[in-house]
Amino acid sequence: MRVGLFIPCYVDAFHPDIGIATLELLERFGLEVEYPFDQTCCGQPMANSGCHVESAATEALFVKNFQAYDYVVAPSGSCVHHVRSKLDAIEQTDAVLKVRRSTFELVEFLHDILKVEAFPWAEFPHRIAYHNSCNALRGLGHANMSELRVEPFSKPLNLLRKVRGIEVVELARPDECCGFGGTFAVFAENISAKMGQDKVRDQARSGAEYVVSADSSCLLHQQGCAERAGVPLKYIHIAQVLNGAAA
Amino acid sequence: MSDTQKQPDAADRMPHSKLAARSNESAAGNGRGLDHAEGTSHPIRVAPEPQPRGAKVHGKRPIDQTEAAGRFIDAIQHETTHDARLWDLRSKRDRQMHIIPEWEQLRELASAIKEHTLTHLDTYLDQFEQTARANGIHVHWAKDAEEHNKIVHGILRDHGTKSLIKSKSMLTEECGFRQYMASVGIEVIETDLGERIQQLDDEDPSHIVVPAVHKLRTDVAEVFSRTIGTDPENSDVHYLAEAQREATRPLILNADAGMTGANFVVAETGSFVVCTNEGNADLSANVPPLHIASIGIEKLIPRLEDLAVFIRLLSRSALGSPITQYTSHFRGPRQGGEMHVVLVDNGRSARLNLNEFWTSLKCIRCGACMNTCPVYRRSGGLSYGATYSGPIGLIIDPTFNRHKYSALPFSSTLNGSCTNVCPVKINIHEQIAAWRKVMSENHEMPLMKKAAMKAAGAILAHPRLYRAAITTADAALNALPRFMIYNRLNAWGKQREVPHAPRQTFHSWYKQNRGTP
Repeated sequence: MRVGLFIPCYVDAFHPDIGIATLELLERFGLEVEYPFDQTCCGQPMANSGCHVESAATEALFVKNFQAYDYVVAPSGSCVHHVRSKLDAIEQTDAVLKVRRSTFELVEFLHDILKVEAFPWAEFPHRIAYHNSCNALRGLGHANMSELRVEPFSKPLNLLRKVRGIEVVELARPDECCGFGGTFAVFAENISAKMGQDKVRDQARSGAEYVVSADSSCLLHQQGCAERAGVPLKYIHIAQVLNGAAA
Repeated sequence: MSDTQKQPDAADRMPHSKLAARSNESAAGNGRGLDHAEGTSHPIRVAPEPQPRGAKVHGKRPIDQTEAAGRFIDAIQHETTHDARLWDLRSKRDRQMHIIPEWEQLRELASAIKEHTLTHLDTYLDQFEQTARANGIHVHWAKDAEEHNKIVHGILRDHGTKSLIKSKSMLTEECGFRQYMASVGIEVIETDLGERIQQLDDEDPSHIVVPAVHKLRTDVAEVFSRTIGTDPENSDVHYLAEAQREATRPLILNADAGMTGANFVVAETGSFVVCTNEGNADLSANVPPLHIASIGIEKLIPRLEDLAVFIRLLSRSALGSPITQYTSHFRGPRQGGEMHVVLVDNGRSARLNLNEFWTSLKCIRCGACMNTCPVYRRSGGLSYGATYSGPIGLIIDPTFNRHKYSALPFSSTLNGSCTNVCPVKINIHEQIAAWRKVMSENHEMPLMKKAAMKAAGAILAHPRLYRAAITTADAALNALPRFMIYNRLNAWGKQREVPHAPRQTFHSWYKQNRGTP
């Protein structure tokens, strides 16, 4: 199984540790993981702003970089959601459709494709609150959504519960958007920040020490809000916890 | 409740307990009793926080929703109360949903019935016209707001009407009906308490179900003191509601004509249905001898049997109550009375032709998308500067004026909660994204934003340019947001800490530790 590692630009620039954890974690399962050097982005920032013409060349580059792999795996729900559901600024050739079908977010890949049963190397003796990003939750179906009448399930929590010592606490508004929203974070800075502050307060009230998520951009936003508010919460990506981060 | 009010005879004379419960919900804009401190009736003694006003409207120039939202957020009591009230409605909706095992099937069914009706709308409208006429209803057709207002004015003029009582109707808001009536000298009295508050304050409704939900009771005290002479220091909800009742009831009893909207129109029976919690639509329809109903053409459903699906969904989605207090069927004029229905298009046929957006016509105006929307809850409905606010507004408003409402589709995080709560399964967040594309393609986007997106697209399409922009992590911190987020690092840092710069990018770590592939 040949796996192409997609490291989104936010992770590349701000959280290389998340990229490293993802790579190491995948390698623990004996996979042949490659990181195509010419990768940049999936086109989401432009396309989400309605600028599909402007995202076309980036989308084409993404497909070019990843078309040779059986699977493309990324530690980011929102980027994968873009590739799978919205990468349509370019002609939908067989190669494009193949890449879109083969791209998986890390949690999905571990849960649905590898069907991982245990993370014997991982121990995280902390109280955590899990942040379901909207893209991972409502876009990729990581877990049941609070608005729908469906049986409760959660792929990320299924994985995290295999980590020794972890304790999961509930939020009052479990899947309320944190207000990041891509370019929304800067174009609607005031609303975005207020949503972020409310999210951080909810997390703080839950008694969690750590907030864990599959989306580094949400974490970046929430961490920024928490630090400004002086809330001593710590933010960590699920790849790091599953890879055995000691915290 | 005081002891005297517990006595039956006292309650008969002045049903304070019921009134209080009702006024509580309406003045506070909440469908049920309130669980939080704002809902209690102790007057606030400290100087009340002034109510933030809505979006600044400059003719047809694009509405800046975020500017108005910022002022709403700065009014912290208003914003936190608003958020809590609407989240409360969302939570109650969830509880109702969990009681109904077939909830998701009902949504499927409701969506299918609406899609069927909308794709056979001409047939069902013709059928309704025939059956309604057979019932003795006068049926009128209005192609737009102006025609609607003129038709209604004509009916009222023929009857020598001087005053009209009406229940809440978003369609009449769309038509600027009150303003038009004022211009021809006919007094309009809103009978829905929230809508009456908004009318007295000369402000649009901020929510399609709970029109004054953005107001604190101290705001209502201020409005009533100015308009109906209540004590400005007294914001007790019982007092305010009772004063309002005393002031409005004579106007209702003396009105010459009544007006309602309709929630559903049944083609098969030629009847229409109005759902309210205050019973005010029944007063409006039944007290005066003349009843006019203004109805958007998308309100049709084929059969009475179909109605049950929607009645089960409507109030549960809207307020988290199993059913509205009143579900009134109007089948024809009562003896000696007259009933008119005005079927209004006002852009609906054109919307039906829009491939990506026609399903927005399925909307049954429950407001669930607004209640769940985290942006709407922080912003207040008036920040949208349009008849319809919140998620449904983002996808409907641009059909009325693309330029004026060109920025609205960007007031969303595209989180998708709206789509999930929608009882008729409108893919709201996907339509919001589709509207962004329309705006971008039609140059309805600020030039600087467009230029930034173009620059970002150019850099991200070329690995070497991208690498040059983020060679070192320090440079990344400076350069990456510059092209990714349009040099708005200042905006990021205003209320948040900027991300910590790592020692190196993943890319350079990989190169160093794993070598080139």
